[in-house]
Amino acid sequence: MLMKPEYKIISDIINENSRVLDVGCDDGTLMEFLKQNKDVDIRGIEISKEKVQICVSKGLTVIEGNAELDLKQFPNKSFDYVVLGQTLQAFVNPEIVIKELLRVGKKAVVTIPNFAHWKVRLNLLVKGTMPVTKTLPNEWYNTPNLHMCTIKDFFKFSEKIDFKIFKSLALINENVSTINNSNLFTKNLFAELGIFLIEKSYEN
Amino acid sequence: MNIKENIKTIVVKKPLKLDCGLTINDFPLAYETYGSLNIKKDNAILVCHALTGDQFVTGLNPITKKDGWWSNVVGPNKSIDTNKYFVICINVIGGCMGSFGPSHINPKTKKTFGTDFPVITINDIVNAQINLLDHFGIKKLFSVVGGSMGGMQVLQFVSNFPEKTKTAVPIACTSSHSAQNIAFNELGRQAITADHNWSEGKYSSNNTNPDKGLAVARMAAHITYLSKKGLQEKFGRKLQERDALKFGFDADFQIESYLRYQGSVFVDRFDANSYLYITRAMDYFDLGKQFDGNLSNAFKNSKTKFFVISFTSDWLYPTQENKDIVIALNAIGADVGFVEIKSDKGHDSFLLDVPDFLKTLKNFLDKSYLR
Repeated sequence: MLMKPEYKIISDIINENSRVLDVGCDDGTLMEFLKQNKDVDIRGIEISKEKVQICVSKGLTVIEGNAELDLKQFPNKSFDYVVLGQTLQAFVNPEIVIKELLRVGKKAVVTIPNFAHWKVRLNLLVKGTMPVTKTLPNEWYNTPNLHMCTIKDFFKFSEKIDFKIFKSLALINENVSTINNSNLFTKNLFAELGIFLIEKSYEN
Repeated sequence: MNIKENIKTIVVKKPLKLDCGLTINDFPLAYETYGSLNIKKDNAILVCHALTGDQFVTGLNPITKKDGWWSNVVGPNKSIDTNKYFVICINVIGGCMGSFGPSHINPKTKKTFGTDFPVITINDIVNAQINLLDHFGIKKLFSVVGGSMGGMQVLQFVSNFPEKTKTAVPIACTSSHSAQNIAFNELGRQAITADHNWSEGKYSSNNTNPDKGLAVARMAAHITYLSKKGLQEKFGRKLQERDALKFGFDADFQIESYLRYQGSVFVDRFDANSYLYITRAMDYFDLGKQFDGNLSNAFKNSKTKFFVISFTSDWLYPTQENKDIVIALNAIGADVGFVEIKSDKGHDSFLLDVPDFLKTLKNFLDKSYLR
């Protein structure tokens, strides 16, 4: 589940008067938060019927759908921002999803639970079992996460599929800090969450 | 059956040019209302009825003496809350509950129109309906809501009158009748016209009714409204008031008896020619085609907030066809929400007590009304 400080960071990244699509909007908590804090036109897409119904009860505009299949209905650059909160790792094909986010949105905000966090590393190193932490609460057999990655992986990923990272932030004990090349090693060790503002590198 | 005294009508003076090329005027539109229109006149909801529905949405239908077709949905504190909203429902033209239809008298021949009635379309139905809003002085509806053929009217309504409604809720419908939809309707029409009593549509002059044909049409259609699972769970192979098969053609199975019953009660309340005309209107419906094959263009000028609802077990207007509407709306950045409700009650789910559906519809309307 998304944690509160993350909402604040995402809200700070997003400009006023923009069109926003929350991909995998869950029960609409982030959408509500953004609506309260910013003058934005926000839509959501969510795979769970129950969650969509909760969103409707909050007066949010949400469509039931699967981001891997249903983002294609949105025209190019139809949103100023597309937000993907902690779900990239749950898709069958994260590469296609990222490409779709960058097609549909002028910019995308992607957050990832960092699998290189020291507790995760220690968990595996000492216990020898798949890590279970506050940000990764599931066991290996019931986790929705298919493609766990680290902050460092995400940087490499940006080079591989060619997108620009405008902003990269680390969340450590509810404190936000900027990630850059010189501090990547430590941020990758201590951040529970990475938050990235990204954009397509060039028109293609 | 004295229909007239329980039916409210207006006579539309303004000429209406039909898609078939003919123009009609001075024609009756029958309607019913529930709740009350507020001073600002911004709480009106137009409910559009389905193929065999009528304007008597909820409470006791004064003609059939049965509950209105959407009593589960419309009423005080219900999904469409008549304490809050002013609900209007209009019998479609071509219908048989007071609006201009084939059972009306043709002034030229002094006999009922029968098949001399012009073939009407969903577009014609909607263009006729707008006259009632003018009658009430309603500039903009709060919502237009309907399931099945009612949903088609919702889509056509927003397309024709983009400024006339704040929200729109098409439910369990399609923007274009599929080959399978047309096939089932044709089966129904063939059953009616094959009935000797139909007499080329002139049955009222002979004081007969093509009851057998109309009942078969209803039975065939009724199957399409239910899901295989729903039927299996309700009836399975259960026998009708007997312990063993009778080796004959009576209704051995409960499902047979049920369908026969559905057919027999239907003929008491519905006109066979109206069935022909309204199914034809549905078959002709192809909203995208009206806009050079691009459904998005049907909604180009609309600021209407849409909410599309489908049902998992609906195979008549399956989720994908409802989603195609959502896709067309998203393609032009329209304001659209969508949910597929889980139900094993088939297409008929929109008429039945399906709690997730009732709750979601209520939430959408009430939250949208606040803003």
